[in-house]
Amino acid sequence: MSQMNTPTDQTTEPESSPSPAATSGRRQRRRPIRPLLERIGITAVALVAIVGFLSPLLLSITVSLKSIDQLSNGGSILPESPQTYSYNGRDLDVYVVPMPDGSTHHLALLKSSRAAGTVTFVDPAKPDAEPVVWKGNRFDLARSTTLDPQWSNYSTAWNDISFFRLLINTIALATIQTTGVLISCTLVAYAFARFRFRGRNVLFMMVVATIFLPTFATVVPIYTIFTKIGWNGTWAPLIVPAFFANAYDVFLLRQFLMTIPRDLDEAAALDGAGPVRTLVSVILPQAWPAIVAVAIFTFVYSWNDYFGPLLYLTSNQALQPLSLGLANFHGARNLQNPGVVQAATLMSIVVPLVFFLVFQRFFVKGISITGSGVEK
Amino acid sequence: MTSLALRRAGQSGRGQSLRQREARWGYIFLSPWIVGFLAFTLIPMVATLIFSFTDIKLTSSQPVRFVGLQNWQALFADERVWSSLKVTLSFAALQLPIAVVVPFLMALLLSSKRLIAPGLFRVLFFMPYTVPFVASVVIWEQMENPTSGWIDQVLGFFGVTGPNWLNDPALIYPALVLLGLWGVGGAMVVYLGGLSGIPSELYEAARIDGAGWLRQLWHITVPMMSPVFLYTLVLGIVDVLQYFLVVEIINNGTGEPGGATQFYNLFIYKELWTYSDEGMASALAWLLFLITLAITMLVFFAARRWVYYAGER
Repeated sequence: MSQMNTPTDQTTEPESSPSPAATSGRRQRRRPIRPLLERIGITAVALVAIVGFLSPLLLSITVSLKSIDQLSNGGSILPESPQTYSYNGRDLDVYVVPMPDGSTHHLALLKSSRAAGTVTFVDPAKPDAEPVVWKGNRFDLARSTTLDPQWSNYSTAWNDISFFRLLINTIALATIQTTGVLISCTLVAYAFARFRFRGRNVLFMMVVATIFLPTFATVVPIYTIFTKIGWNGTWAPLIVPAFFANAYDVFLLRQFLMTIPRDLDEAAALDGAGPVRTLVSVILPQAWPAIVAVAIFTFVYSWNDYFGPLLYLTSNQALQPLSLGLANFHGARNLQNPGVVQAATLMSIVVPLVFFLVFQRFFVKGISITGSGVEK
Repeated sequence: MTSLALRRAGQSGRGQSLRQREARWGYIFLSPWIVGFLAFTLIPMVATLIFSFTDIKLTSSQPVRFVGLQNWQALFADERVWSSLKVTLSFAALQLPIAVVVPFLMALLLSSKRLIAPGLFRVLFFMPYTVPFVASVVIWEQMENPTSGWIDQVLGFFGVTGPNWLNDPALIYPALVLLGLWGVGGAMVVYLGGLSGIPSELYEAARIDGAGWLRQLWHITVPMMSPVFLYTLVLGIVDVLQYFLVVEIINNGTGEPGGATQFYNLFIYKELWTYSDEGMASALAWLLFLITLAITMLVFFAARRWVYYAGER
């Protein structure tokens, strides 16, 4: 986009080559106002962008608190219902009534006489006072609404989707996968970072290349074999590969291990420590920020994974994780009751979001290590 | 003794065997990846190619036969293959520029020195990236709902009758791009890392020469960031050519509206899981692999012209 602007931008620029003195003079004059305006302007742009970017989350929260009726009304943002007022054992509808003096009151409709063209109201604020007689047609009046969130959507979603079972499955799967990835990727990254062996550079190039390999280039035979040996419908196809290292995490850990100075390794070696002891007592304590990053990534990745469970667990409901359970729930219920589906959705994102907010430093660090390395 | 002590000792004469010991330990630690690479990458890739010349079917108990080019001929003769490929490529044409440029613009905004509370904004902009994929699709789908969705309600506020995004063949691709918008956080962080690595002397020199913001952006930031653009672009290509999970969630892979969401990978998925035709699915998967490879190679080749590596002559 900006490239389109380059030719024109020359005209918007200040005089072509001002002398240093002129520049600094102008800057001093403008300093109090212009930087402040720029700060406010840029921050305002960011504010508008973030409100738009996060608004679906707010919408989801409001929808999750609405009943089917409240949703079909469209209109109001918050979950509202028509207000009623219980008066002498009857539930009266409350209306927004404009009074002759210009004010509006929320009044409960007692009786309406079409013949007389009047409506009689009780004021819920003063139930003992004389009823108010209002001239006009009740059908011209708007119903008064009150906040009426459907918290029951959450309990309905919890029960109907078997949320607890899905949650336990998801946590168990994510924990096992994370364990596998941590063990295998640390060992492999250690090999690439600290040992010299024939073909190391070629093999490492292959690690990087597999980051770019499409999943579909390998999935058919893997699926076929796993199904033939009876693993379809179990967790094995999701768990076993995790213990054989993956390119992305090996890359991240190796990049980090390369930055750890070798002095301590050498000291440990002089003390007679073997490669395993050096890894455990020298490397791991220094590599923990990268290891925590990989652990968090893997946990959240596993929590969010939909493709794997879709392939292997569609046939076995009892072992499904949240992602697949939620997709099925959405397919079955979204047309009838979107509120319950949004409630289930929001419940499913709580853990990853809390994880992120607690560990956000590591997320950002991990991604930038991989990104800045692979691009070269 | 570890590798390092060995290496030192090696310099004093017994190099050969000590080197070998270091290499042996290296291979031992490497073994999980070697096994995994063979079992889950290399062999399956070759097997996919071999499968594509057979009539292998999971559901059938008959022995597998080689059928030569039968699957490939069927594939090239099948109108649905080409139309699904067209669907995937049309969507990619819209999705890719956005997947590359939007996170860059976000990173530019977040790295601005004029931004107040940049740390808070970074957390907020990145947060949706951690929302699980299925959940983000379900949430954005609600956003695009013609009666209760906020997009159409905002349009209605300005007197425009909002369309039914997900059921309009003309609007389905923009609607799907919006559905995927929360996924840009990863690329955004990579861009942020790249931006912070640009030496500030370059900007200072440009400012002394009287270059404005746009010129600095175009003549310093963009060239310095070109390796990151390449990385994002290539990952984006690989991703978008495999696109189908979103439509599997929102309309169960029916291809509605009017076949506009009949993505290529939906086709593979159905061959595999609905018809259990592994041979055909393999041929389709290999064709996809070849197309991906060709496009990325083209991009890498073209990248020689536009990617700038600092420190390279």
